[in-house]
Amino acid sequence: MTSPLITRRNALIGTGGLLLAGCDRITASPTVKRVLTLGEKATMSAQRLVTDRHALAPEFTRADLSPVFRVNGTRSPNDGGYAAHVANGFADWRLEVGGMVAKPSRFSLANLRAAPARTQITRHDCVEGWSAIGEWSGVPLGLLLRQVGLSGNARYIVFHCADTLEGKPYYESIDMVDAFHPQTILAHSLNRQPLSIGHGAPLRLRVERQLGYKQAKYVMRIEAVAALDGIAGGKGGFWEDNRGYQWYAGI
Amino acid sequence: MAERALVYRTKLPVRLWHWLNALCIFIMLMSGMMIFNAHPRLYWGKFGANPDPAWLEIGHHGVNGYLNLLGTEIPTTGVLGHAMGTAEAFPPLVTIPSSYSLTIAREWHFFFAWLLVLGGIAFLIYAIFSRHLQDDLLLTSEEAKPRNLWHDIKQHARLRFPTGAAARRYNPVQKLAYLSVLFVLLPLIVLTGLTMSPALNAAWPWLLEVFGGRQSARSIHFLCATGFALFIVVHLLMVLLAGPVNELRSIITGWYRLPAERRP
Repeated sequence: MTSPLITRRNALIGTGGLLLAGCDRITASPTVKRVLTLGEKATMSAQRLVTDRHALAPEFTRADLSPVFRVNGTRSPNDGGYAAHVANGFADWRLEVGGMVAKPSRFSLANLRAAPARTQITRHDCVEGWSAIGEWSGVPLGLLLRQVGLSGNARYIVFHCADTLEGKPYYESIDMVDAFHPQTILAHSLNRQPLSIGHGAPLRLRVERQLGYKQAKYVMRIEAVAALDGIAGGKGGFWEDNRGYQWYAGI
Repeated sequence: MAERALVYRTKLPVRLWHWLNALCIFIMLMSGMMIFNAHPRLYWGKFGANPDPAWLEIGHHGVNGYLNLLGTEIPTTGVLGHAMGTAEAFPPLVTIPSSYSLTIAREWHFFFAWLLVLGGIAFLIYAIFSRHLQDDLLLTSEEAKPRNLWHDIKQHARLRFPTGAAARRYNPVQKLAYLSVLFVLLPLIVLTGLTMSPALNAAWPWLLEVFGGRQSARSIHFLCATGFALFIVVHLLMVLLAGPVNELRSIITGWYRLPAERRP
């Protein structure tokens, strides 16, 4: 008795493989990608259309806090300068604010902690699907931008961070609609404690109407720019450059 | 045997909508399973992450896949959790794309979500103004009587489908299935999808109240997707049992050959 060359099982696996190869060729096609981007643009336009500029993300009560707020992304930046800041409690750390502003400035952590703060209990939504609720306190970004005299020609605010992923510096960017939103703050506290290293000490961005990867941790420098093209990969953020995540992370 | 009549049963807009949906639902189920793979745990309530208890989890211990449902672990190696040599919750054969990419899955999911929603709205307008909804989909008061419904259910269970002139129209159980997809599953899955958007939570916070929080919405979204998958299985089974060639012709060309009357 001879064994058949093509068994049912092999045929099934073979067909499955062909099907997969065919589907993956479709998903990898540049034309297909361009068409799919239309959906992303439609989503951003539609969300901006139905959402008032100042509409607030839902705020919760202390009873709603996540018992454990999961640490995600970088747990501790391994940059030498950062370790030195940790060693002396961020006493010499300064937040640099520059780019298209009238008065480029540097702020110490003490300055920022003494500034008017907004406290908000909000939900952090990771692009992967999980959510955690925490109580954040920090300086409204709009306040800081007004103080340094933001140029009318600036269109984006870029956040340069101390951490690197895959050997590349983390950064993120938002536009002016979100930069001047009342809940957009540079948080120095989580759950009434100074930010832990895992959560982005000493300062992280909270932009509450977008997903987790926009909430840049370890913010060192803020830059006002007219375009994102010249910065790193040009797509406005580490994940946008390196994984193709949508720049507008409203869903 | 008498020549059986060929009747024009399915109008063009209904056929177009059917095929648009077939495309959208398949792509959204497959890309949705890839999105689920990014965090294969489901929760109830406003928040939910790894430290919190999940009511459903797909995972793996080494090369052994499992599904944990309400605290009961079911081994699923080769199907879920660990299959086809990968440690993903849903295996490559059923996801878009086949190997892990949350980015691509989200692009496909949201693009076809637009088509599904716009197509659904267009269909609803058509169905109301053409009276397709009132004449073909809604149950007549006679059909809605519990005794008649029960009779129809029993007929289905015996796989005795309407014949002759009665086969020109949807039967009551079929109407109920279509209506529950159109007016329950479809709105629920769209609204729970929108509830997961942090931007839309700012615009329409009532959505969170309706569904009991973002993680509950995510769970309901997943359950609705399961409902769609079950509907497709039953739908295709019915097509096979009722005569696949005839049924396919009617959903492609609109023309349907009436089944012969059963002998008493």
